[in-house]
Amino acid sequence: MRYIRPLSIEDAVGQLAGSAGMAAILAGGSDLLVRMKGGFVEPDLIIDIKSIAGLGEIRETAEGFSIGAAVPCAVLGENAALKKAWPGVVEAAKLIGSKQVQGRCTIVGNLCNASPAADSVPALVAAGARAVVAGPSGKRTIPVEAVPTAPGRTSLAKGEIIEAILLDSQAPHSGDAYLRFIPRTEMDIAVVSAGVNLTIDAAGVITAARVALGAAAPTVLLVAEAAEALIGRKLDEAALERLAKVCAGACRPIDDKRGTIEFRRKVAGVLARRAATTAYARAGGK
Amino acid sequence: MNFDPRFSGRKFTSVGTRPVRPDGVDKVTGRARYGADFNMAGQLVGRVLRSPHAHAVIRKIDTSKAEKLSGVKAVITAKDLPDLTDGDAAMYDILDNCMARTKALYDGHAVAAVAAIDARTARQALKLIEVDYEILPHVTDVDEAMQHHAPLINDTIFTEGLEQKPVKPSNVTKRSQFGHGDVHQGFGHADFIVERSFKTEQTHQGYIEPHACVASVSSDGTAELWVCTQGHFVYRQHCAQLLGMEASKLRVTSSEIGGGFGGKTHVWAEPVALALSRKAGRPVKLVMTRDEVFRASGPTSATSIDVKIGARKDGTITAAEATLRYTCGPYAGSWAEIGAMTAFACYRLDNVKTVGYEVLVNRPKTAAYRAPSAPMAAFAVESAVDELAKELGMDPVEFRIKNAAQEGTRSSYGPVYGPIGIGPTLEAVKNHAHMKAPLKKNQGRGMACGFWFNFGGQTCVDLNIGMDGSVSLAVGTVDVGGSRASLSLVAAEELGIDYSQLKAIVADTSSLGYNDMTDGSRGTFSSSMATISAARNAIKILRERAAQMWDIPVDDVVWEHGHAVAKGDKHGNLGKLSLKEIAAKSGTTGGPIAGHSELVADGAGVSFATHICDIEVDPETGAARVIRYTVVQDAGKAVHPTYVEGQYQGGAAQGIGWALNEEYIYGKDGRLQNAGFLDYRIPVCSDLPMIDTQILEIPNPNHPYGVRGVGETSIVPPLAAIANAVSNAAGVRMTHIPMSPPRILAAIEAEREG
Repeated sequence: MRYIRPLSIEDAVGQLAGSAGMAAILAGGSDLLVRMKGGFVEPDLIIDIKSIAGLGEIRETAEGFSIGAAVPCAVLGENAALKKAWPGVVEAAKLIGSKQVQGRCTIVGNLCNASPAADSVPALVAAGARAVVAGPSGKRTIPVEAVPTAPGRTSLAKGEIIEAILLDSQAPHSGDAYLRFIPRTEMDIAVVSAGVNLTIDAAGVITAARVALGAAAPTVLLVAEAAEALIGRKLDEAALERLAKVCAGACRPIDDKRGTIEFRRKVAGVLARRAATTAYARAGGK
Repeated sequence: MNFDPRFSGRKFTSVGTRPVRPDGVDKVTGRARYGADFNMAGQLVGRVLRSPHAHAVIRKIDTSKAEKLSGVKAVITAKDLPDLTDGDAAMYDILDNCMARTKALYDGHAVAAVAAIDARTARQALKLIEVDYEILPHVTDVDEAMQHHAPLINDTIFTEGLEQKPVKPSNVTKRSQFGHGDVHQGFGHADFIVERSFKTEQTHQGYIEPHACVASVSSDGTAELWVCTQGHFVYRQHCAQLLGMEASKLRVTSSEIGGGFGGKTHVWAEPVALALSRKAGRPVKLVMTRDEVFRASGPTSATSIDVKIGARKDGTITAAEATLRYTCGPYAGSWAEIGAMTAFACYRLDNVKTVGYEVLVNRPKTAAYRAPSAPMAAFAVESAVDELAKELGMDPVEFRIKNAAQEGTRSSYGPVYGPIGIGPTLEAVKNHAHMKAPLKKNQGRGMACGFWFNFGGQTCVDLNIGMDGSVSLAVGTVDVGGSRASLSLVAAEELGIDYSQLKAIVADTSSLGYNDMTDGSRGTFSSSMATISAARNAIKILRERAAQMWDIPVDDVVWEHGHAVAKGDKHGNLGKLSLKEIAAKSGTTGGPIAGHSELVADGAGVSFATHICDIEVDPETGAARVIRYTVVQDAGKAVHPTYVEGQYQGGAAQGIGWALNEEYIYGKDGRLQNAGFLDYRIPVCSDLPMIDTQILEIPNPNHPYGVRGVGETSIVPPLAAIANAVSNAAGVRMTHIPMSPPRILAAIEAEREG
């Protein structure tokens, strides 16, 4: 097993592209090290990206925010501007694992682990976040929801590394929120989850919305019908009922040790309702 | 040596205070040595190959490739642990459980082991061992295993305890029955009858420290074992017997213990580590992974229980009956029997009958878990008692008070009670502020009672007084909950010296006589009795030495507040002699001063507790949160109240986890799905409220200080108290533990849909 710590993204991409056998990217290590310890993976090459310039920073850009791939989730919670603009994204990142885990884990790692239950991903999808992918043939920017393709699989090609997550400045009168269900209070994996991001007009009518569900299908779901259920209405009881119903219907969950199909469907609807209520209030809706 | 164990009602100076424990600083600074912290020069890494199948014949094991791997020093299978059990069926089961002989009986059953120069080589070697399995049908569910068509786990088992010896083998190893009176007649006098069936899933003790040991067998046949255990003397006996050694040739040293709760009363890895070391000729360290702990140590039973209780309008119970089915894993046990004994132990009943069935399943061998078998029985009984109180329109506490056992009651399992604490705990609960606190929307309150026998047993203590007057106390019961502090307090009390003058240790098996293990809540009860006896023996010698120093008859010397005092007018001019002064002269007055004690601690007083719990249920998600929790329990005498409270809180915390989320989940393939703390959900800190405690002290007449065991009873009421609270909060009776969110939500929905 070889461990390297490149200083530039180009070097990292080159090493990754040229590697034989199994190569793994190490940022916080909160997934990788656990999998190695459990004997599930034995990488031939580990590329630690924490020393690459800029990857440990959150930058405020003209468009919004650029969050480097090595920024621990706890640091997201310490960035006042980001918290103000995207409280739902930050609260999702701050739900991963425990305080100790949040000191290491990253949202890019959470995304690339490609678990349908990843906490930060539904919030990022709802927020319309994009991923900057560096690869042997240069850089490209793709929507976050295009990254995971199946549990444990991503659309990244050999040699590609996600360098940063981009979040636009939040539109005026907008709000986002994320909720997940776990049987415990922390140190757990979402049984089902919902992220909602919405914008309202002066009358409180929803003009734009994105609703994403986690642990409800093989990948995080962006539920267009759920957004349609909200757009053009105030967030009244009827809209919430419809949202819950659409979300429950959109789920394609499984029965497993963490929950049943029945349970996931019902609770997906409940969480979507509750998250929408919070997002609406954050947008200034009454 | 005429030790009088009877309660004396003395006033205490040290006992009942709360000094810092002697093992505390090392534990919080990381210096304390746990099982995996021992190391020896030349030590190898041991690893175990485990069956991936729930039930399979082992046709052949080929270890030749593993043996050829560079760095591998020994590979063993069952052949390297020949059967020396000489017809002892229980020992044979232990042997077979340590290393499968002809069949793998559960997912995780050990089939081979290697010792290699490092962990990587050991892991590689395991992959090179080829096992030829013939997969058999399996059964993991308790009720399914009792069906006639169920796969047979052991075709030599015929149910014991039936009136007629059965002609066909069965997965039911034993039927046991307890009770008195005539329940049929009793139910005939009842105005109200509640009858319900309950299920509880299998749980693990969840100790944080995995099983770990270092074994070193010398070429002369003697051996040493460093191990994390609740009973190193018992481990010595079992290992010596399984390996064909004399007990005295095997020295076992117990490490600090990161939790056991009954799960470290059984050998798994230790005989394997010794066999590897014997074959390799080098020390072998064997540490289980968490996955191995869950799959292949000793969780508690899964159960299926039917309860029927009848009462007259005035609230008098006329009859009570229960049928209890407990899983034992693939080997015979007596778990349902214990459940059947404890089920109705809290009540004064004219007509009571309990029947227990021990059931074999393809799961790991059941081991003790804190008051083993009692929590599940209490869950079923106390749920039915609560429901019956509701039907009668009686307050659940008043209903229990009316029917509570008392001194002189013949218990449901046979013996007649002496002074007991069930009534006082109920009265304390009735008057507790918690019972009167208002509840909010979606919140419910539940309460329940629990009983545990408590044990005593063989105990040995050495108390040595140094020439500087400091005192070493060597005990043989492993300290699982602060007993070194408690026993130091007891010795300080008896000798009349300060706690700081004492240091207690747990001695190894070659340094002290035999001790039963720390189980049955016996550690402080029995070792404090032996400590008192040892201290009194030392005091006798101290008096003799003082008499010698003064040159007066020993009968004129008494021991008061840590000093020899000469009594009588003719000795009026003699000052007191302190323990320190007498010790300083010991070299010239007869040599070292010590007190020893070897005894069987009889008369462990039975223990009762009543718990109160408030739960908030989210009716849309089924999530249940514990809002408030109170434990009221009789301690007899709380020697170190902080550690008594710790035991109360710990039992409640484990009970909360068990009640709400912990469970073994098996797939259709018979494999355990959640062998880790991520999906086997013990509570984290933020899941629990501060658990309030109230210690009652109803002295045990059979102990000089009135001490009763306190460690186990606290886990008996929680399942029931929480189930009663959830049922009240959710408006539907919960009958399946754990009450996980999907189960609660499904119950609420079913109730809503009628």
